[in-house]
Amino acid sequence: MKKINNINQFYDLKKKIEGLKSNQYPIIAISSGTCGLARGSDKIIKTFLEELKNRKLDDKVELKITGCHGFCEAEPNIVIFPQEIFYQKLEPKDVKEVISETILGGRIIERLLYFDPHSNQKFTYKKEIPFYQKQKRLLLENNLFIDPNKIEDYIAVGGYTALSKVLTELSPEQVIEIIKKSGLRGRGGAGFPTGKKWEITKKAKIKEKYIICNADEGDPGAYMDRSLLEGNPHSVIEGMIIGAYAIGASKGYIYVRDEYPLAVKNVTRAIQQARDYGFLGKNILGSGFDFDIEIYKGAGAFVCGEETALIASIEGRRGVPRQRPPYPAQKGLFGKPTNINNVETWANVPMIINKGPEWYSKIGTNGSKGTKIFSLVGKINNTGLVEVPMGMTLREIIYEIGGGIPGGKEFKAVQTGGPSGGCIPKQLLDLPIDFESLTEAGSMMGSGGMIVMDENTCIVDVAKYFLDFLRYESCGKCLSCREGTQRMWEIVDRITKGEGKEEDLELLEELAIVVKDASMCGLGQTAPNPVLSTLRYFRHEYEAHIKEKKCPAGVCKDLIRYFILEEKCTGCLACLKVCPQEAISGELKKPHVIDQSKCIKCGACMEACRFDAIVIK
Amino acid sequence: MQINIDKVNSILEKYGVQKEALIPILQGIQAEYNYLPQEALILVSEALNIPLIDIVGVATFYKAFSLEPRGKHTITVCLGTACHVRGGPKIVEEFERNLGIKAGETTKDNEFSLETVNCLGCCAIGPVVVVDREYYAKMSIGKVKTILKRYKEKKRSRNEENK
Repeated sequence: MKKINNINQFYDLKKKIEGLKSNQYPIIAISSGTCGLARGSDKIIKTFLEELKNRKLDDKVELKITGCHGFCEAEPNIVIFPQEIFYQKLEPKDVKEVISETILGGRIIERLLYFDPHSNQKFTYKKEIPFYQKQKRLLLENNLFIDPNKIEDYIAVGGYTALSKVLTELSPEQVIEIIKKSGLRGRGGAGFPTGKKWEITKKAKIKEKYIICNADEGDPGAYMDRSLLEGNPHSVIEGMIIGAYAIGASKGYIYVRDEYPLAVKNVTRAIQQARDYGFLGKNILGSGFDFDIEIYKGAGAFVCGEETALIASIEGRRGVPRQRPPYPAQKGLFGKPTNINNVETWANVPMIINKGPEWYSKIGTNGSKGTKIFSLVGKINNTGLVEVPMGMTLREIIYEIGGGIPGGKEFKAVQTGGPSGGCIPKQLLDLPIDFESLTEAGSMMGSGGMIVMDENTCIVDVAKYFLDFLRYESCGKCLSCREGTQRMWEIVDRITKGEGKEEDLELLEELAIVVKDASMCGLGQTAPNPVLSTLRYFRHEYEAHIKEKKCPAGVCKDLIRYFILEEKCTGCLACLKVCPQEAISGELKKPHVIDQSKCIKCGACMEACRFDAIVIK
Repeated sequence: MQINIDKVNSILEKYGVQKEALIPILQGIQAEYNYLPQEALILVSEALNIPLIDIVGVATFYKAFSLEPRGKHTITVCLGTACHVRGGPKIVEEFERNLGIKAGETTKDNEFSLETVNCLGCCAIGPVVVVDREYYAKMSIGKVKTILKRYKEKKRSRNEENK
């Protein structure tokens, strides 16, 4: 790798890379992010490489090992270019056939195609699949074309052209103006206007400044940042370099969660490659601008996603938030002005520079511009990362892209915003999603997790889950948050055990207000949201637990019992064998019975039964 | 426990002895010993000139650190929201029953530590369990015994090799 010393050299390199890429078909792009690997993509890659080598095709067919393609439900999947044939749920034994039939023979293998449960149809090409069709994948689409270990792949899709434009044609002030005009707002949760944030940091009097990429993606159920860092790390790095130029920072940090080993690995390598080419370091592309990035691994604390806690953590201290003002823009890392943006925000920047703020601001709603990546998870058919323009309705996302609820179950709610957010009920399915609408509905955008819940999800149990999460993750600095989340958890826990009292709901609401008002940081201020939003829309479920001592969804252990339906039980002994308590008795081909006094409600019998003969009452 | 001072010193050298290197240093020690031995923390305290109590404060604040030795295999059950609604808690309970320990504890023979995590970001394939960096997707109660058996067999073959 030769260092690039000026813009002309960059364009020469770009031309050379594009020339090499233009006639290189066919390409098999295999999705191999963390989810893909967990589903065995590494074994498929190995088989492909062996098979291509055996058939002496290894220089004619390119196997591109990419990050996540976003369609997690269909992992491990491949996309074959140029036709963009989409094969899903591959196994190593399918590889030979893919090569002989599709690559060499040009024939489609029916059984590897995606079947859409919503339209009852099979689809051959990626672009036809409803999951992809309705999306606007401005940020995620490039994952398909990039091997994250190869900076050249990023350059081939237009990478680092925004940076070269910025360094040669624009002043820092002009860059800030462009970002302001685009209407880009922070994707980490609060939605602060990015250009304005940059401007404040730029104007701070101290000359030495820092920028930070917040990749401490702690909201459970959200993993778009992991996908971007794993699959397209250079888009984040390029965004940061542009930001640093605009703000006047010479050093940047990427603070990544400890739980994301592959992201750490890919970003570390990407930083090194960017340095080797001269996109990072001294005198970037001969412009005289110096900037470098260091990666910093978190150590497992949710609160470190809060910016002042994150700063404390980089400084080597406990991640405890502090009072603002002064904001990090005035006094941040090591006491210097610091600009913090989240991964997805940084990744938007090169695109805005390349395509212009006017183009960008046409996407989305009045107050929320551009696209947003959501992770659509939980009780949903097409689990995955979906990128849509702001303003799309929940119904479109859940039913048209997500393919609806599995097993014909009924939709109950969707949880957004992680532990700071809330549950949105069925009657608000037509809500257009943007920063404002979600806040009005008692939830929030957060980092974009969307956990779909069906009739078998207990709302009170979900509220308890988040309180449990928060009481552990509260740093303990503010009494209201430390003790408040603990007490709220105790109350809800009591309710789920059938020991709730009618006045508990009022007490919960009262406590919620105190926790909200008296806590210092975002964690405490939003901690009551999961309880308040569920009380607002699902009060009847709380009341069923308290008054009738019943859990309508059949989740809360103390309020349910497992029964075997005599008419459905075939007497196959399957449940009897798995019961850890020997609570089930019966003979072969005769209905079995559960001894309630021995049953610990572990659910093993229900899982083992193939005849739906076990029910919860 | 007797620890190799050279190893700790080389970790200190790698990250430098400035105060802000504390967390990376502790991460290095944790990776080396699978926990933070007291002797190592004393060395770090002297090298970085940070009172031991503050180091323990940091070590107990972050989930990645442990002051107790951990088992040979770490079983991590994801309890993110998506895994939770798909039955993650039942998986934890099944591990607890089979191992005879609670989440956060280590078995007496030092083979397994059972832990929970708030989200691994693989929500699509939940409930997820990770054993020593190996991911197990779409977990069920029934799969718990199969997984444990696999690692217990590893122990048996290790013991036989040692004989």
